[in-house]
Amino acid sequence: MSIKLNALYSDSYVDISQYRDQHFKGNRYEQEKLLKQSCTLYVGNLSFYTTEEQVHELFSKSGDVKRIIIGLDKVKKTACGFCFVEYYTRADAENAMRFINGTRLDDRIIRTDWDAGFKEGRQYGRGKSGGQVRDEYRQDYDPARGGYGKLVQKS
Amino acid sequence: MSRRRHSDESDAGSQPHKRRRTSEPIEIEDRLESLICRVGEKSTSSLESNLEGLAGVLEADLPNYKNKILRILCAVARLLPEKLTVYTTLVGLLNARNYNFGGEFVEAMIRQLKETLKSNLYSEAVYLVRFLSDLVNCHVIAAPSMVAMFENFISVTQEEDIPQVRSDWYVYAVLSSLPWVGKELYEKKDVEMDRLLNQIEGYLKRRQKTHVPMLQVWTAEKPHPQEEYLDCLWAQVQKLKKDRWQERHILRPYIAFDSVLCEALQHNLPPFTPPAHSDDAVYPMPHVVFRMFDYTDAPEGPVMPGSHSVERFVIEENLHCIIKSHWRERKTCAAQLLSYPGKNKIPLNYHIVEVIFGELFQLPSPPHIDVMYTALLIELCKLQPGSLPQVLAQATEMMYMRLDTMNTTCIDRLINWFSHHLSNFQFRWSWDDWADCLTQDIEKPKPKFVKEVLEKCMRLSYHQRIVDIVPPSFSALIPANPVCTYKFGEETDSSLPGFAVATTVGNAIKNRASNEEILIALKDVPNPNQDDDDDEGDGFSPLKIEVFLQTLLHLAAKSFSHSFSALAKFHEVLKNLTDSDEGKLHILRVLYEFWRNHPQMISVLVDKFIRTQIVDCAAVANWVFSPEMAHDFTRFYVWEILHSTIRKMNKHVQKIQKELDEAKEKLEKQQNKKQRDSGDEEDMEKNSEDEEGQLEEQIERLQEKVESAQSEQKNLFLVIFQRFIMLLTEHLVRCETSGIDINTTWYKNCIERLQQIFLMHHVIIQQYMGTLENLLFTAELDHHILAVYQQFCALQL
Repeated sequence: MSIKLNALYSDSYVDISQYRDQHFKGNRYEQEKLLKQSCTLYVGNLSFYTTEEQVHELFSKSGDVKRIIIGLDKVKKTACGFCFVEYYTRADAENAMRFINGTRLDDRIIRTDWDAGFKEGRQYGRGKSGGQVRDEYRQDYDPARGGYGKLVQKS
Repeated sequence: MSRRRHSDESDAGSQPHKRRRTSEPIEIEDRLESLICRVGEKSTSSLESNLEGLAGVLEADLPNYKNKILRILCAVARLLPEKLTVYTTLVGLLNARNYNFGGEFVEAMIRQLKETLKSNLYSEAVYLVRFLSDLVNCHVIAAPSMVAMFENFISVTQEEDIPQVRSDWYVYAVLSSLPWVGKELYEKKDVEMDRLLNQIEGYLKRRQKTHVPMLQVWTAEKPHPQEEYLDCLWAQVQKLKKDRWQERHILRPYIAFDSVLCEALQHNLPPFTPPAHSDDAVYPMPHVVFRMFDYTDAPEGPVMPGSHSVERFVIEENLHCIIKSHWRERKTCAAQLLSYPGKNKIPLNYHIVEVIFGELFQLPSPPHIDVMYTALLIELCKLQPGSLPQVLAQATEMMYMRLDTMNTTCIDRLINWFSHHLSNFQFRWSWDDWADCLTQDIEKPKPKFVKEVLEKCMRLSYHQRIVDIVPPSFSALIPANPVCTYKFGEETDSSLPGFAVATTVGNAIKNRASNEEILIALKDVPNPNQDDDDDEGDGFSPLKIEVFLQTLLHLAAKSFSHSFSALAKFHEVLKNLTDSDEGKLHILRVLYEFWRNHPQMISVLVDKFIRTQIVDCAAVANWVFSPEMAHDFTRFYVWEILHSTIRKMNKHVQKIQKELDEAKEKLEKQQNKKQRDSGDEEDMEKNSEDEEGQLEEQIERLQEKVESAQSEQKNLFLVIFQRFIMLLTEHLVRCETSGIDINTTWYKNCIERLQQIFLMHHVIIQQYMGTLENLLFTAELDHHILAVYQQFCALQL
């Protein structure tokens, strides 16, 4: 009786994105496998001032949060605008992808994406100046993310 | 880089990675599925011509793909009820072209109906019944045979010793189909239909309605009574009958095809006997119809259909169905809601907002996760920025006005929704409009609501932000700055007991002392309660707990992660100090004393204490009900902690049960394998024997673990119920002896919190009914408290 109509069963907010971690130890297939079963989300476009407490409050709305790791500037060791949120269950993480991704935290629209799993070292920005790569090259002025992009600042 | 994760196109069935160029069977089947699912969506051609075209395509494909087509059509009947009449028309057209196919479809639907009933899929079964009844309008099914099926449904009301929810469902299935097919059935079989309706009326008069108060969002009858769902539907059907079954809202594409369809031969439904009741059957719970708007609320434009009009029922049903189909994709869901056919004749935004809040406030629980509704409303505001936010503001204002009679559980959800919603719109709100709450006692529902909202808003931002967003007059309602209260700080009087050791321990921690070293340092803490034979000082020492935990938390106060790290590092010390029940209770007290301005921190640390087994769930329950917590007893965060604790307990039991089930399965497989392989070489047999023995041992251990966990779970609920009974009885007795009215603000809050325990964990609590009735909720109990229990029992009668 029960046929699953593919056309109806769209759940696109939960699909994995195009992003692949270039530092991932393993091949594409292994990374994708982990992404598809992961309970960990990458959260981006945070304000540098957004606290772990705020992240916890928001992401608890889709289920019990196991841990939060705030992303840090590799040099300054201060928050640099991203974090990881790990849930106890995949289902809770999926609801975060469906209902928290693309909404606001600290007045900014945040973006969540599947992560293959936190490993020591991944809490640091990979930009040359110590923060995130995106803050190296951006041209706009964003007071919540250190003002101008690093390249603009240096010039 | 653009990272669009979902298609913005209106067609729901797009699969961009599939190419449909070849004519391989799988591709054709996918194409058929897509064509059928998408008919009725936005299109350049008219619905009629699309249906005509599709009917032609399907007829041509019948020789090769009949079974697939049958299955797809059965599936859309079950899963796309909001497009009911589109698909019944399609089936009507196919039946007109191919009588046999029509017959096979009807048979397949009956099979599917039987299966859904057996699988407890009652809402889907309703859609199937409705589909079948609309097939009468499409000349696929003969009216008399439909009436006969309805008669069989209603005969369930004559069954003895069945739960009321069983006969409720069969009555509902009949009544909820009548908006679609009432006219046709009355035209053909009015005598039988009158008899049917009389039977239904009789049933509705004699059925029990004890459960209703527990499910109502507001206790007041005005401005909108919260009607029991069958009562409301009955009133709507009666009104429809009075209007001679004239129904103008439902979109009926088959009318355009009348000349074709009336030439078709009809089929008779086979006699359908409702499956007998079994203990496995889980019928839907009754519900209350949520209404917050009427025709006076939409200031201009189309008028809202009355509460007892059948249009209201159909609109609400369709909107609920759309949410059910698309809840996972909020943009699609919002778009589908806003493109509701016939939207120009109704104040659609009002209906949508009412249906959404109806789901959010549904008791015992919303059909979908709470946060979905927040996200959906935000999408709707984005799509209709000129109109929807105003309706939402109007709704919020109305709900604020009616807080005094709103159910506490619903207020909780309103607080969560409103604060989260505001955080997406820079916390902009006309707080001054609510200045009336400032003159009321701070425990009253309105000021309490504002206070709790501001507290939640602060959790999503920070203290100064909240100070900035409200007028100065609201300062009494602003949450406390979430700073800690350290007892042993530098400014403390050094003669305070424990001060010296606190300083020592603090330094030791900073110097990376080990757990043993800390325990040794703590021995110097005086303990006036120490037993004579407790030479080591290992017994319960409240001061030790206080000195250690306060100092540790103080050093780790910077963030959640710091505190979690600290608890993990000194887990051994904490376990040692909380060996006894008193120790567990006291550590919670100390935590509260230290972090009383930061409820969020208290919540996460209680969670960690439980997960690392420093305290058990019963300790948390006892702490919530302890005299020290009386001051915060009506605060939202306390109940969030308690419910979270209960949920952890439930998940724990489930987890071990699952492990046990998996081990048993493994053993069974092993034993089956042994049967098949018997006669193999000796050492293989011995190995499998060893494995079996190990598995059996494991199963025994797990069995014990499950029993122990279940016992702990039951104990937790008993403790909670016991404490409620004690607290409420005390209040009732006190009021009686002093001649005060029992209905204080505190009492309403407390008794609704008791209700909330029943409602939020009803599945587990059902297991304890015997114990609850014999031990706690006995006839000697005050009837106010007993009523809560009786209403709960009535939910599944």
